Amino acid sequence: MIQFAYYKPTQLADVFKLLSEHGRKAELIAGGTDVMVVIRQSNRSPEVLISLRNIEDLSYIHKNGNYTIGALTTHRMIETSALMKNELTALYQGSSQVGSVQIRNVATIGGNICNAAPSADTAAPLMVLDAEMVLKRADSERRVPIEDFFVGPSETVREWDEILTEIVIPEQMATFGSAYYKHSRRRAMNLPIIGVAVGLALGSNGNIREARIALTVAAPTPIRIHAAEAFLKGQPPEDAVLKEAGQIASSPECCSPRDSLRCEGWYREDMVRVLIPRVAKAAAANAAEKKI
Amino acid sequence: MDKISVTFRLNGETVSADVPVTWTLLRTLRETFELTGSKEGCGVGECGACTVIVDGQAVNACLFPIPEIEGKSVVTIEGIAQVDGSLHPIQQAFIENNGVQCGFCTSGMIMSAKALLDQNPEPTEKDVRRAISGNICRCTGYVQIVESIEKAAHTQKPDSV
Repeated sequence: MIQFAYYKPTQLADVFKLLSEHGRKAELIAGGTDVMVVIRQSNRSPEVLISLRNIEDLSYIHKNGNYTIGALTTHRMIETSALMKNELTALYQGSSQVGSVQIRNVATIGGNICNAAPSADTAAPLMVLDAEMVLKRADSERRVPIEDFFVGPSETVREWDEILTEIVIPEQMATFGSAYYKHSRRRAMNLPIIGVAVGLALGSNGNIREARIALTVAAPTPIRIHAAEAFLKGQPPEDAVLKEAGQIASSPECCSPRDSLRCEGWYREDMVRVLIPRVAKAAAANAAEKKI
Repeated sequence: MDKISVTFRLNGETVSADVPVTWTLLRTLRETFELTGSKEGCGVGECGACTVIVDGQAVNACLFPIPEIEGKSVVTIEGIAQVDGSLHPIQQAFIENNGVQCGFCTSGMIMSAKALLDQNPEPTEKDVRRAISGNICRCTGYVQIVESIEKAAHTQKPDSV
């Protein structure tokens, strides 16, 4: 049965008030492109929907030292931001490939992260950009690195009375080159078979100063591949080196892709090995453009 | 069922309605305002047959909670012909270039095309294909649709609606 009360607060304080009033009977809704689908397909709804859509202060992209992105920022805003395209390329590529234009016009980055699909297109990019999630309560605030944010499919560390308000990406990411590749059978309206993001900073000698590698659909949550990152540190971004990073990442110690409707686990593993060198090469080219 | 009162712009006119709070924009357009040009294909944002323009942006009306429409401006397929009754250049181009077969996807396609051309009057073929990537057509193979939109971009005067 679909029946709910719908609230449209304009202030965060009112969202907290509504949350404490209705407790776990309430669910937050942002762009609605996941929440509305679940309601429709299950023919059930939470008793209360609290819309975040009218809280305008949460929709922005800023660079003031750190990069800050409001949780209500739509993928379309990220897709059309020159700052994102030029400086946080992997995130631009991730947001640009969510759903369709119609979806991206309303779906938010905060919703993408809090919905916590193992395939979320912004998750791997945010991981290689060292993003932190700002979670607010009525009277407190905490910051959680995105690597610690996901607990399982559709599960995060966010408590029922917390709201993701902002995503912070450290200033130093300006020196990183990054890239995201969504491997899927169609070029639109599809979830990835595997998602690969790489972030690289190059030293003055051209070698890799720091590396970040993240995968989606390779485990129950989006994951970082620290072993391959450690291997890349100090090495030149050459084909043989990047290939080895792919080899390391595809090992059972690093990722555990499952069989699913979209493909079998062995293929995902193969694609991790094949795609990491390609995406790393793109990230290295992106980083080379940034060398001062 | 709890109802909500909403007031918004619909194809240039201010309208009000009392509708169940659980309804979507699509259901309201079709059942309250009897504007049945916007179609329900999948009902979950995959097919784009329900595409309408809200405040200048193409959206899936089937995913749009009706309480969120308050104060906004909606344009549907019924609202894009010229004041004198002649068709919008995109509609005309779809007719002239065989962009329509069964017609179920057409209104959504045209609304996605309109949102594109309003923002980008001179799109590349890639821009066009990207703009309609959320609209499924099972008849045409898309070629005539893409051609229709490209031809419309050529003929459309920059100052037209």
